[in-house]
This record gives sequence, structure tokens and C-alpha cells, in this order.
Amino acid sequence: MAVLGSEPVRTKELEKAPTGIDGFDEITNGGLPKGRPSLVCGSAGCGKTLFSMEFLVRGATEFGEPGVFVAFEETEQDLHKNVASLGFDLADLEQQDLLRVDHIHVERSEIEETGEYDLEGLFIRLGFAIDSIGAKRVVLDTIETLFSGLSNPAILRSELRRLFYWLKEKGVTAVITGERGEGQLTRQGLEEYVSDCVILLDHRVIDQVSTRRLRVVKYRGSVHGTNEYPFLIDRDGFSVLPVTTMGLHHGTSNERVSSGVASLDEMLGGEGYFRGSSVLLSGTAGTGKSSLSAHFADATCRRGERCLYFAFEESQAQIVRNMRSIGLDLQPWIDQGLLTIIANRPMHYGLEMHLATMQRLILKSNPSAVIIDPVTNLNAVGSEGDVNAMLVRLVDLLKNKGITGLFVSLNTGGSYHESTEIGMSSLMDTWLLVRDIELGGERNRGMYVLKSRGMNHSNQIREFLITSKGIQLQDVYLGPEGVLTGSMRLAQQERERDAQAQAREELERRRALAEQRRKALQAQILALQAEIETEESELVRTELMEQRRLERLASARDQMALSRSKSTRSNGRESGSGETK
Amino acid sequence: MSDESGFGVQQDSEEWALTLYVAGQTPKSLAAYANLKKICEQYLSGRYQIEVVDLLTNPQLAKQDQILAIPTLVRKAPAPIRKVIGDLSNTEKAVAGMAIEVG
Repeated sequence: MAVLGSEPVRTKELEKAPTGIDGFDEITNGGLPKGRPSLVCGSAGCGKTLFSMEFLVRGATEFGEPGVFVAFEETEQDLHKNVASLGFDLADLEQQDLLRVDHIHVERSEIEETGEYDLEGLFIRLGFAIDSIGAKRVVLDTIETLFSGLSNPAILRSELRRLFYWLKEKGVTAVITGERGEGQLTRQGLEEYVSDCVILLDHRVIDQVSTRRLRVVKYRGSVHGTNEYPFLIDRDGFSVLPVTTMGLHHGTSNERVSSGVASLDEMLGGEGYFRGSSVLLSGTAGTGKSSLSAHFADATCRRGERCLYFAFEESQAQIVRNMRSIGLDLQPWIDQGLLTIIANRPMHYGLEMHLATMQRLILKSNPSAVIIDPVTNLNAVGSEGDVNAMLVRLVDLLKNKGITGLFVSLNTGGSYHESTEIGMSSLMDTWLLVRDIELGGERNRGMYVLKSRGMNHSNQIREFLITSKGIQLQDVYLGPEGVLTGSMRLAQQERERDAQAQAREELERRRALAEQRRKALQAQILALQAEIETEESELVRTELMEQRRLERLASARDQMALSRSKSTRSNGRESGSGETK
Repeated sequence: MSDESGFGVQQDSEEWALTLYVAGQTPKSLAAYANLKKICEQYLSGRYQIEVVDLLTNPQLAKQDQILAIPTLVRKAPAPIRKVIGDLSNTEKAVAGMAIEVG
């Protein structure tokens, strides 16, 4: 009983039909097996119908493959309405011959069975629908309904087997949905017939928060991600989050970005965080974590870059108001579209949904910085392990995109030391710790850099001041009893100022004294020099006189000789003896 | 397969309109037709009409008339509509399914 006009179409192995569903094609390396039936199973309300409908709608609109939707549970009208809220206009697609919806109504009370029958009617309907629009994709949702409508399971089983074989022969890519059964994937064990690809959807409620997950149980002849992937259904349709597939393959940047606080940048090797690094800021309540975050947001926007701020504690208006009190006006950045504050209570939805929305927003707005304040609040909707796993994926995403992430961690009383509530410190590249220091009847804030990979950072504790002009970091004073902060620091500063002043006075005094002595000595030097000069001039005068005396003496002798020679004629001997001397 | 109608003396004001949906001349279809004919002759003699629809030639009717199994017998009149699937080999069940009042 073959259906006329049907031609067996052989498909190549591993050829895939992209679903167009966000993320799903990534974890399956291209989509569902082309030309084969796949089974999508899960409990009631897990999104089977939507998954398969999106598969058809995307196939029709994005990949030029018309599709047939056979609904066993919902009427055409109901389906139209139900998926309209997700942005699918089925009526329009039907008009364009891209889609056929066929509701098969099976009601046991209306049907009497007597004797042998088969499901050729279904084959004919399906075949007619497929041929009328040249469909390449078929969805049977949920074929197991037949088992409750018809009473002969033996016939049904053999007919289903024949149906799946027939679908394969037709070469259509089919999605068959099935309700989750006890101890097996589907109630009627459909997985026995559809063995190429089995996808399991799950909808769990843990602590009153629901989480949707998807797992590829089986994919014959293809590699696929084996994890459970969270997925969400929102007004953009179905999306699977393949974030766990990310690895440590991200590039790194040597570029630095300012933390928004100059003195903190100084502590971090003088330049701030590495771009694309993950920063953990932990501290107890009221230690100024949000203020630091706001500074970072401000610095990011100041550079003309986009910043996403996920706030779990305060509303946007509250953040803006509070930051104004420390001299930060975030409103202009919000108005310019550079800063986006997303304020939500953690309990608003499940962890995966949080991650999903974050991922979506991050991918959509492509910011250069993301702030989550505080991540620890997510503990309200997930166990420590879950939150940690989520953060790993978030950190991977941020690093892959080169986005600097600032994670604020609120530590509850007593545990402000080197541990975080959710064991996330090892994920982080830089860890800043803000802690309060109680001393001298005061509570002050101290801050230090616990670690900062790849940079030369300060090992000092700084006092952390929140002023009306923003955050300032002060050197703390180390006294005999330890670190001094607040008024004790001020007192110490005062004391040191006094001591300095005294030292300065003493120095002045000594300088004056030295000056006096110098002047006295200089005077002495002058006097002595004058003495030397007197001595010298005396000497010169004496020498001159002596010379003159000698000259006079000489001239006197000459004259004497002259007078003697005139008298020689009378006294010859005397003159002779005088000359021999 | 040709359409066949039976006319008889109207003992009752009720006229039975029956449609048998088949897909080609398969043994099951032929058996169903034969069984149906037998039942009608026995219980509804003279006040029934049987229309046979071959879905291979009129595939669009499968959707329109909500046919899934083959063969399917649909009682279109008297109201309400009733469906019986199978080759009608179990006469008792078939009569019950068609809601024929057995006098």
C-alpha cells in the first residue's frame, strides 16, 4: 500500500538540517539529521511543541524548507494562538505555502474499533500535506496520543514503525515528540523506532525555581555536546545556551583599563585592570563594593565604551541617586545609552534563566565591561555548585568576548577572609578585598589587593574612604598596635605633624647658628687679610727704602773716588795701596 | 470502487448516510465493504446509502473528514456523527459502533 508519488530519497550520511534555534545547531554541529526522524521527548510543558514549531518556522523562513506540523493534541486555532506570543505568524506562513498545520483529532469515545485496520489515512494526509507544499520538514506532535485514542497497540506499533520508515523514504527531516515515560524516554518507547537522534528536554523545579534543560541523548553518526544545556523560551522563541562548550581558548590583552579610582589603579601596577580580565570584589555589607563598581562603570563610560550593570539589590533609580551622593552622576551615561542597568531580584527566575538573559544581553549590546552586583545573591536560586558552574560559563563568555567583568561578592559576617561564599576566587584574575576594620570605637574600611594575575600589584592595605567626591584610598598608619584608621589615623597624623614641625624648628635654629658662626669667621678672615695686606705693604716700603739707601751709598762712594783721584799727584803711595784692596 | 446506494421501503423516517473511507482496493477495504453491506442489508434494509471514498484519489478528504485509520466508516446521518474503524468483521461491535437499534 505505497503512497503514490512518493519517491525514496537517499540522503548522505551526516548531512544536517539546521534548526535555526539559537545554540542548538552549535551543540549538534549543524542541526538535526537531514532526511531522518528525530525524537524530542520530555515531560508535559517542557517545550517540545515549541521546539518543533520553531524548527519548522525557521526552516520555512530561513532555510527555504517548507514544513508540515501534525498536531495530535492542539487544534490549529490553539496552535496559532499559542505560538503567536512567540512572534510566529503561522497563518501568514500557511498562506505563503511554507507551512501546513494539520490537527488530527483522536477521541476514543467517538471511535469504535472492529477488526483489522491500519493508519493509511494518516499516511495519506501527511503525504498530501507534504506534497502540496513540497515540505522538507515534518513534525508529529505528539504521536503517542494515538495510543490513548486507539486500543490496539500492536497495530499502532507496527504502523508507527512503518510511518518512520516511510518518512525516511520520503527524505523529510522529521521531529517526533514524545511524552516522558516511567523508566524510559517516552511512554510508548518511541526511542526504539526513532534511533538516529534523541533529544531530551527537561523542566525541573528546584526550590520553587524552574530550570529548563536540554540534552542530546543520542546522535548516531555525529559528534555532539553531551552536557545538559540550559535553554529558555521567551518572546524571541527557543534558545539553547551552549556556553559550556566554551573552553580556555580566549586571547588575552595587555591593555589596561582604569578601575575608576586613581589610587586603586596605582595599587594595580599603576594602570588598573587588564582588559578582558575578571575581577572579584568581595567584602562584607556596607564596605563600599557598589560604590567601587559604580566608579568602574563611570570610568568605562567615560572612555566611550558600553557597560552592562546587573543589579540584584537596587533599582536603577536607587543606584543613580546613591551614587550622586558620592559625586558620581551615572544618569548621563544611561541617557547616552552607554550604561545599561538591569535590576532584577534573583528570585525573579532560575539560575539558568539569569545566565541566559545575561548572555543574551551581552551578545546583543556587546559591552566592554560587565558588572554583577552581587553574584552571591544568586545563591538564593541555586546551590553553590550551580552558581559556581554558572559563573564559570559566564566568565568564559566574557573572556571569549574580551569583556572586563567585575563580580561583586557579598560576604556575610565573620567570613571576610580569604574565601568566598561560592568558591569563585580561583576563576578570577584580580581579587580585591574590602573589609572593615574596627578599632578605637570606630568602623573603618580597609582594602587590599589579594591577588592580581600578571601584574605587579601593591601588597599594602589602604584605607578606603568614601567621600562626596568619590572613593579615595589612603595609606594606612601602622602603629605599635597594628593598623590605624579613622580618627586614630588622624591623631597619629597630628602627632607626626607635630614632630615634624619640631624637627623643622630645630633645624632652623641650627641653620641660624651656623650662619652666625660663618659670618663671624668671615669677619675674622677679613681682618686677617687686612693684616696680611698691611704687612705686605710695610715690607714693600722697607724694601724700597733699603734700595734707595743702597743707591745713595753707591753714589756717595763714586763721588769719594772721584775726589781721591784728583789728589793722587801729591800722594802716589797711598793711592797705590788703596787700589790693591 | 464505485459508489453504491441502496433504496428500500422506508420503514423508518430515518435515512442512514454512511461513508466508507478506503485507500485503494486492499483486502481490508474489500472486507469492510462486504461486511458493511451485509450489516446494512440485515438491519437497515432499504433506508441506507453507502458512499465509498477512496483517499488515494481524494487525499484532501482525509484531513477534511478527520480520517486516520483505514478503513473507517462514518455515520453521517442520522446525527450525531459516529466513526467505526476496522474491517467490520466483528458484526456485533460494528452494529454497536454504528448505533443501530436492533429490534
